[in-house]
Amino acid sequence: MKAFTLHNGIVAPMDRANVDTDMIIPKQFLKSIKRSGFGKNLFDELRYLDEGQPDQSCEGRPLNDEFPLNFPRYKDASILLARENFGCGSSREHAPWALDDYGFRAVIAPSYADIFYNNSFKNGLLPVILADEIVERLFAEMYDVEGYQLSIDLEKQAVITPSGEKFGFEIDDFRKHCLLNGLDDIGLTLEDADAIHAYEKMRREQAPWLFDIVK
Amino acid sequence: MTNKTLYDKLWDAHLVKQRDDGSALIYIDRHIVHEVTSPQAFEGLRLAGRKLWRVDSVLATPDHNVPTTVKERAYGVDGIADPVSKIQVKTLDDNCDSFGITEYKINDRRQGIVHVIGPESGACLPGMTVVCGDSHTATNGALGALAHGIGTSEVEHVLATQCLVAKKMKSMLVRVDGTLGKGVTPKDVVLAIIAKIGTAGGNGYAIEFGGKVFRDMSMEGRMTVCNMAIEAGARAGMVAVDQTTIDYVKGRDFAPRAEHWDAAVAEWRELVSDNNAVFDKVVEIDGSQIGPQVSWGTSPEMVVEIDESVPNPENEKDPVKKSGMERALEYMGLSAGQKIVDISLDRVFIGSCTNSRIEDMRAAAAVVKGRKKAESIKEAIVVPGSGLVKEQAEAEGLDKIFTEAGLEWREPGCSMCLAMNADKLGAGEHCASTSNRNFEGRQGYGGRTHLVSPEMAAAAAIAGHFVDVRQFELEG
Repeated sequence: MKAFTLHNGIVAPMDRANVDTDMIIPKQFLKSIKRSGFGKNLFDELRYLDEGQPDQSCEGRPLNDEFPLNFPRYKDASILLARENFGCGSSREHAPWALDDYGFRAVIAPSYADIFYNNSFKNGLLPVILADEIVERLFAEMYDVEGYQLSIDLEKQAVITPSGEKFGFEIDDFRKHCLLNGLDDIGLTLEDADAIHAYEKMRREQAPWLFDIVK
Repeated sequence: MTNKTLYDKLWDAHLVKQRDDGSALIYIDRHIVHEVTSPQAFEGLRLAGRKLWRVDSVLATPDHNVPTTVKERAYGVDGIADPVSKIQVKTLDDNCDSFGITEYKINDRRQGIVHVIGPESGACLPGMTVVCGDSHTATNGALGALAHGIGTSEVEHVLATQCLVAKKMKSMLVRVDGTLGKGVTPKDVVLAIIAKIGTAGGNGYAIEFGGKVFRDMSMEGRMTVCNMAIEAGARAGMVAVDQTTIDYVKGRDFAPRAEHWDAAVAEWRELVSDNNAVFDKVVEIDGSQIGPQVSWGTSPEMVVEIDESVPNPENEKDPVKKSGMERALEYMGLSAGQKIVDISLDRVFIGSCTNSRIEDMRAAAAVVKGRKKAESIKEAIVVPGSGLVKEQAEAEGLDKIFTEAGLEWREPGCSMCLAMNADKLGAGEHCASTSNRNFEGRQGYGGRTHLVSPEMAAAAAIAGHFVDVRQFELEG
């Protein structure tokens, strides 16, 4: 996994609550058996005026000029500023894959759906939680200033504005550690293989029916 | 006497290791796999040269991409017309074959929607931890299990380690007491709960559904309710074990064998919240006040009762919510104040992991029996949740009732719930749907979904618009 330490980038808006994972990456693109290539279809139904198909080139598709990610000012954005309950709906990891593949390294929102939040960390995408009123202020500053950038320092757990104002955010120690170091959790869990074997031995005696073979 | 919640008990029984940083390793008893969220996980295992920790804990089936017409199903995987869907289903077959995983392949009579076949086969049991790369996995919580959806990285993690890295969630009790009125179903109960607590209300929580309404409810009904816990933001929903649970499990293919049955039942009887258990949050609803629900917008919390009207965004004070309502009305092509019964419909979908079990089939059939689909409805499809549900329904003659009424009887799969196969809405079409999500584009590009119960969807198919199923039945 890609590590995340410090990131500075242009901020783009997704100015609505309850952005669901169907909106982030519509279902027809979930037919891919790969992990990459979803960026061109990020927010497909909002970004383009026609219906997108898997394996189709997006060059020449009619763009929705009213959708912010199509505005020249947000062209190189790498931080998405969003509203509450971002990423609700399905568990598809294609949602963080699409955000990452498009070029986003972080999302800032007042809250996230649990599964999306969890999936983001597995892909080096940092979901930052800031209070509603701070998010509201960042939206206002971003709309005011073309090319508005923020810095996100994971080690210090802070979002830093161009004027130097700092907003701290909370994050679990384990997730922070994995993200800072780009660690693969399977490898970490397998270090506890003995504990897993011991648990299985105990449960097999207590509840043998749990170990019956499914076929 | 302990003071644990059901969730505490399930968590404690599966804790392999509590780490100092607050995370924990939780043991997973059953892992259900489907074609959409697994290929990248298998690829990851291959690239890292990792093996499955416990291959006998995994059960797989294709459901999202499978066609539902008899014609397209006739030739199995090779007959799938969409080449991209075909590759995905074939990839699941290949992965299961090469890793030695039990899979109910496309035309196996036990194939079906993952969340239908888990409980139906007895692969998912009370007291288990169950995961699947699908957010509706909470369905299995109806058994008194800890079940939730996971992402593809976690699918790979569970395949390789049999564990999940997790942090304990907060607990919420949603207590619905009273007696449900005639024509009011488990689907209406869960939609009313979501309308009350909101789509983000359960974020960070595991919900236990308690109270008389759930004690009186069948297992199928409890599954419908737990299925939609995620629509209230909660990854896991669950119902305590009682005699209904135990009777449901008995005799299923993978239920504990005779020599283990009594010990299993004794353990399962403990799977209830203790009387003095403390929940982080309690929500109470009077079941007798719930009427048939219909969603009008693009989020499952945008729901009103059948005899109400589309709400007016002008009455909403929160600016973010207000603009969300305005956008929803525009997308849905509805106007504030429009009566729900005046919404005309183009299609009807009865199916999905929410409402495709035998009881749902029976309920819908009872409404359409002896009647005819409205001319104005272009298509009304009934998609059973599994091959076994289909067989049972056919044995009861339900398929004939549907087809005589002008509804189509299909092969099992996820179908129009998320339209990954050929079953989808056209742009602008309104659909009465027994599925779980009314998100923009969910059932087809530009499609307009209204979430309802099987009874309400069936009545709408006959009338051509929404009708109050309570009065509709009287007229018949």
